[in-house]
Amino acid sequence: MRFRVRPRAVIACVTGSIALLLLMALNIRIGDIPMSLGEVLRGVIEGDFVVMELRLPRALTGALVGAALAMAGGITQSIARNPLASPEILGVTTGASVMVVAGIVASGSVYGGASGLLLSLGIPVLALLGGLLGAALVYSLAWRRGLDGYRLVLVGIGVAAVFTNVKYWLLTVGDVNDTTRAMVWISGSLHGRGWEHVLPVFLALAVLVPVALAATRTLDALRFADDTAMSLGVRLNPARAGMILLAVGLAAVATASAGPIAFVALASPQIALRLTGSGRPPLLTSAIVGAVLVAAADLIARTAFAPVELPVGIVTAVLGAPYLIYLLIRLRRGTRT
Amino acid sequence: MARTRILCVLAAALLVAVALSITIGAKAVPLTDAWQALTAPTGSENDIIIRSLRVPRTILGVLAGIALGVAGALMQGHTRNPLADPGLLGVTQGAAFLMVSSIIFLGVSNLYAYIWFGLAGALIASVGVFALGMVGGRGGPTPVTLALAGTAVSAFLYALTSAIVLLDEQAMDVFRFWQAGSIAARSADVVWQIVPFIAAGLILALVNAPGLNALSLGEDVARSLGQDVNRTRAVGVAAVTLLTGASVAACGALAFVGLIVPHLARHLSGTDHRWLLPYSGLIGAALLLVADVIGRVVAPPGELEVGVVLALLGAPFFIALVRRRKPVRL
Amino acid sequence: MRLQAVDVRLAYGDRVVVDGLDLGIEAGTVTTIIGPNGCGKSTLLRALGRLLKPAGGEVLLDGKRIDKLPTREVARVLGVLPQSPTAPEGLTVADLVARGRHPHQTWYRQWSSDDESAVADALSMTGLSDLADRPLDELSGGQRQRAWISMALAQGTDLLLLDEPTTFLDLAHQVEVLELVRHLHSSLERTVVMVLHDLNLAARYADRLVAMRSGHIIAAGTPHEVLTEELLASVFDLDAKVIADPVAGTPLVVPIGTRHGSPPASPA
Repeated sequence: MRFRVRPRAVIACVTGSIALLLLMALNIRIGDIPMSLGEVLRGVIEGDFVVMELRLPRALTGALVGAALAMAGGITQSIARNPLASPEILGVTTGASVMVVAGIVASGSVYGGASGLLLSLGIPVLALLGGLLGAALVYSLAWRRGLDGYRLVLVGIGVAAVFTNVKYWLLTVGDVNDTTRAMVWISGSLHGRGWEHVLPVFLALAVLVPVALAATRTLDALRFADDTAMSLGVRLNPARAGMILLAVGLAAVATASAGPIAFVALASPQIALRLTGSGRPPLLTSAIVGAVLVAAADLIARTAFAPVELPVGIVTAVLGAPYLIYLLIRLRRGTRT
Repeated sequence: MARTRILCVLAAALLVAVALSITIGAKAVPLTDAWQALTAPTGSENDIIIRSLRVPRTILGVLAGIALGVAGALMQGHTRNPLADPGLLGVTQGAAFLMVSSIIFLGVSNLYAYIWFGLAGALIASVGVFALGMVGGRGGPTPVTLALAGTAVSAFLYALTSAIVLLDEQAMDVFRFWQAGSIAARSADVVWQIVPFIAAGLILALVNAPGLNALSLGEDVARSLGQDVNRTRAVGVAAVTLLTGASVAACGALAFVGLIVPHLARHLSGTDHRWLLPYSGLIGAALLLVADVIGRVVAPPGELEVGVVLALLGAPFFIALVRRRKPVRL
Repeated sequence: MRLQAVDVRLAYGDRVVVDGLDLGIEAGTVTTIIGPNGCGKSTLLRALGRLLKPAGGEVLLDGKRIDKLPTREVARVLGVLPQSPTAPEGLTVADLVARGRHPHQTWYRQWSSDDESAVADALSMTGLSDLADRPLDELSGGQRQRAWISMALAQGTDLLLLDEPTTFLDLAHQVEVLELVRHLHSSLERTVVMVLHDLNLAARYADRLVAMRSGHIIAAGTPHEVLTEELLASVFDLDAKVIADPVAGTPLVVPIGTRHGSPPASPA
């Protein structure tokens, strides 16, 4: 398979990758024992415990999760033909949130100590389960003699609304301490993430990214009106179903590892699209933008109010939103009204 | 005329919902007693319940329902996007952010004061988003820039709000209940506070309807029909901001009403906004009240927040509608 | 002179499409703008219809600057039908045509008997009376185009600007639309400016042709004056023979081949 190479996309990808590596190194550098960048590098090569067991996994989780969410967002926006769409429409993140909040609220105040165990072991599983259930619900409700992008979006809104409001309600039911803990998770956090969080996202990306890239052409065709897509030789329903499955897989695994980190899935494809100047959300660039966004956000989340650490998802929005707005404005200046 | 008839049916449905809302609750009050409490109060327990609890709550529900329904229809019309909810311009999150900030930074603890802060936050956020949409381009903001700028600002403000409530338990406690959305336990003062804003918003919305019809044929056709596109947009945004800002400040994050109701109303009215707006308002109010009534009785002795009931009730209905018919595209 | 462009400069952002162009439209005439794709003819039409604000120069309507006039006032005198407009799904023909009355309505006086009769006239003039209650998206391309023209007619303006009103129509429907234009002109004394691609139909139905290339007017005048073999060569890079139309006597263009390709090349 050959790709047409666009210079702006290459520049965006290369600069993005360099920025990502730098940000991850900076991330690893800070902590209880500050290190120099040289020590970080040496630590990675020599397998230093602090670097390899504590700090690298966290940095990797952030980058991988960011990339996965961004790709899921790019795919969703292409299928829905709507720049406001994100995996939330597919029921993944909201489904996961409801499940986890329910888990925390139900177990938190009753079992006390057990919640610590639940937090470390049970929550990713709960999140994955919730995400997949949510997606299955949206998908089955939206399917009616085929899958229409527009109907999918509308059904997705409905399901997301139920989940979101149930989540809000659950937050009012529990003890305020549990609410705060739940808030941290549903904001998306990288706190205490280890290799067990890296591995699932890494495996998912390793399998799904090549598939997604190979399917770029199908995705391009799906962006057109149905008739055009069909005339381009795309079998609409299998193609759409396949792409949704991809997006669901990416988003569900990412959410399970780090929670539904806000705004990455929505903003990264839009930022990438404006950086590369292409007419559609470019998947690879989106993924890199997503990874950079999360890595930068995590750095800020850990340092801005140190020693208090903010959930990374709060910072992604604070960081990504102004940048997206800046791009919007700059592009309007440059091009026609 | 069929459209007038539908309007009457919807108005009647709203009246029924109002009657239900006044009579049903933790203590059921027969309709005749309720009527007596309103017209010739004697100071009995029923009278107090009706006059100080149920009536303000019902009026608030009607106001917020109409406001959010109309605002949603306006928002979807202007953006031509079915995903647009009245909070799209940052109104909801603007309200939340300033309310929460007032708690933590100014030590405000009085509900009425929150509402002013909420309203101010809604206005500031919306004006900010509109201004961002204007910057750079030579014409006015396009729907896509508006929607994206609104989403970005919302996400930004929500993040700040989350950060605050994570650091402050008292703010979290207020925020979580506001977020769930409720029209309960609001006194008549709250109602009077928001009435002027909603009235002004509704007038602007009605003025906006014909222009929105022209705009739905595309900007070029609208202009050639003599419609000032930028002014129409500005009026629409002002109306949405007033309606949504007042509602969410008083009742919390209920913007979902504004998201689904226009889709329901469009099936009855077609694409003419002069009908779509009133239909949306009436359906919104009826839906909000019915949801509130259900929330009162479904989990005794407690109550379920109206926002939750709305989602549980409205969403399946909405999904069924979407599935049954070919959705009306904007 | 009803409508006049004086030294206009038209641009999208930084991209200048038309520069230093002058054009006058006489009352009661049918003017057709012709030219190759991308020559700026639609842009010019948009500027004449105040859909595009000139970056320089001015457009005058009855001697007054069009951008200084209240847009609603302009809309009662001047109607524009842009290229392939879109309508919300489910809109019926009657609803669409009724929206043409927009400039005549105020928000407290939404519908009058004038509106009613203007809509009925517009529908019958375009032969759509029987389809009035059909949704627009169920109509054929030709019917849909007629519905949009009908909307422009219901607007009741003296001046009508039509951007490629015959696109997507078969020959019979093209002739039908142009006959309608002729009727507007001869019986109702409307002034019409159109952009057309079909040179032969343009020659037959226009009083005046304006030929454009790369944002400049190359020639303007009666069809006989404008449609010459030299002009076709310089404006369209087209080798053609111009003969008299056996029916109307207007110039008839019979292409031989393009200047850059050898005749008769592949259709691409």
